Amino acid sequence: MSSSVEVRIPTILRPYTKNEKAVSAQGVTLSEVISSLDSNYAGLGERLLENGELRRFINIYVNDEDVRFMGGLSTPLKDGDSVTILPAVAGGCK
Amino acid sequence: MTRYESLEDSLGHTPLIGLPKLSPKSKPGAPAVRLWAKLEDRNPTGSIKDRTALAMIEAAEKSGQLKAGATILEPTSGNTGISLAMVAKVRGYKLVCVMPENTSIERTQLLKMWGAEIIYSQPAGGSNEAVRLAKEIAAEHPDWVFLYQYGNPANTLAHYNTTGPEIFADLPEITHFVAGLGTTGTLMGAGKYLREKKPDVQIIAAEPRYGEVVYGLRNLEAGFVPELYDASVLTRRFAVGAEDSVRRVRELLNIEGIFAGISTGAILHAALGIAKECVDAGKGADIAFILCDAGWKYLSTGVYDQDGDVEAIEGQLWA
Repeated sequence: MSSSVEVRIPTILRPYTKNEKAVSAQGVTLSEVISSLDSNYAGLGERLLENGELRRFINIYVNDEDVRFMGGLSTPLKDGDSVTILPAVAGGCK
Repeated sequence: MTRYESLEDSLGHTPLIGLPKLSPKSKPGAPAVRLWAKLEDRNPTGSIKDRTALAMIEAAEKSGQLKAGATILEPTSGNTGISLAMVAKVRGYKLVCVMPENTSIERTQLLKMWGAEIIYSQPAGGSNEAVRLAKEIAAEHPDWVFLYQYGNPANTLAHYNTTGPEIFADLPEITHFVAGLGTTGTLMGAGKYLREKKPDVQIIAAEPRYGEVVYGLRNLEAGFVPELYDASVLTRRFAVGAEDSVRRVRELLNIEGIFAGISTGAILHAALGIAKECVDAGKGADIAFILCDAGWKYLSTGVYDQDGDVEAIEGQLWA
């Protein structure tokens, strides 16, 4: 059974999603969700992955937690999980 | 000892305060889960950045890079600039800050008060753009001293030498340390120290999920990871939305009477999430987190208006 999750898309990648801020995708792991995204929005997968790994300046969070400290691309997903894609930035108040 | 020779000498030794009302109740018979806030607003200029600023300036003086009357350059959207401005004023340096144009009015007022010059960077891209512009200016002014908090090892060392040991001395039973990511100096420095003293301690990063303007990069290759960052120090990392951060800052004020800045709301949200996991697992925990600064500099954003709509202020929150 595949899970259905909501994926939040950062401004910089919205040209791939016809400017949609959030799209739905299917898969039981993050890797499958990225494949599902790429098949619906051609070229998006390549902006997220490089040589099968997350790109250096891409962070992905499942329910607000960074997947690099969970299972990486194998992080399991369940129905209703929220996936957020964000570029790595220097941020706000320093 | 609460007597010091000068303001600079009073740096650090900030109190670690329990949160008896906000800490969740354990299940009957299970050990306590306690939250502890390290009040970094009790530093000379009111933020944790005093530690970073003084350490970077002292390291640059020691190495001979920083000489009398020199000009210091730094990208900052507030606290580091304010800390550097105070130390620069007292020690006779000039300070030029590169700061995003849309930061709150209080920060410009404070920087000017201590005599700093401000060069504004474009709001789009937030601190990324300030860092990029500062690097450009540094290349044009080789005589200026570019301390660069994101890559200066003195930043990490400040927290390895002071913040970490202070927390461990006050809370040897610590199980989790939660702090903001930012330059990563606090987490890398205090995190490494705590891990050496207690190998099973969890080091947890919380970063705000900024408003869209901060993520407004021209392309993904313009992304940024601070040179100081070493992911192996961290156990987990969270991105906290504006609504959760604002809710927690208001709770801290209403329930414990503590007036904190907005980034502390993101840190507290992550700390409370960890606390709940511990309660659910029936485990005891002593969770220390960093309260970076008080709320004074953010009053004009409207974040402390209890009924204020978060969506309406989101654009200014992390500017």
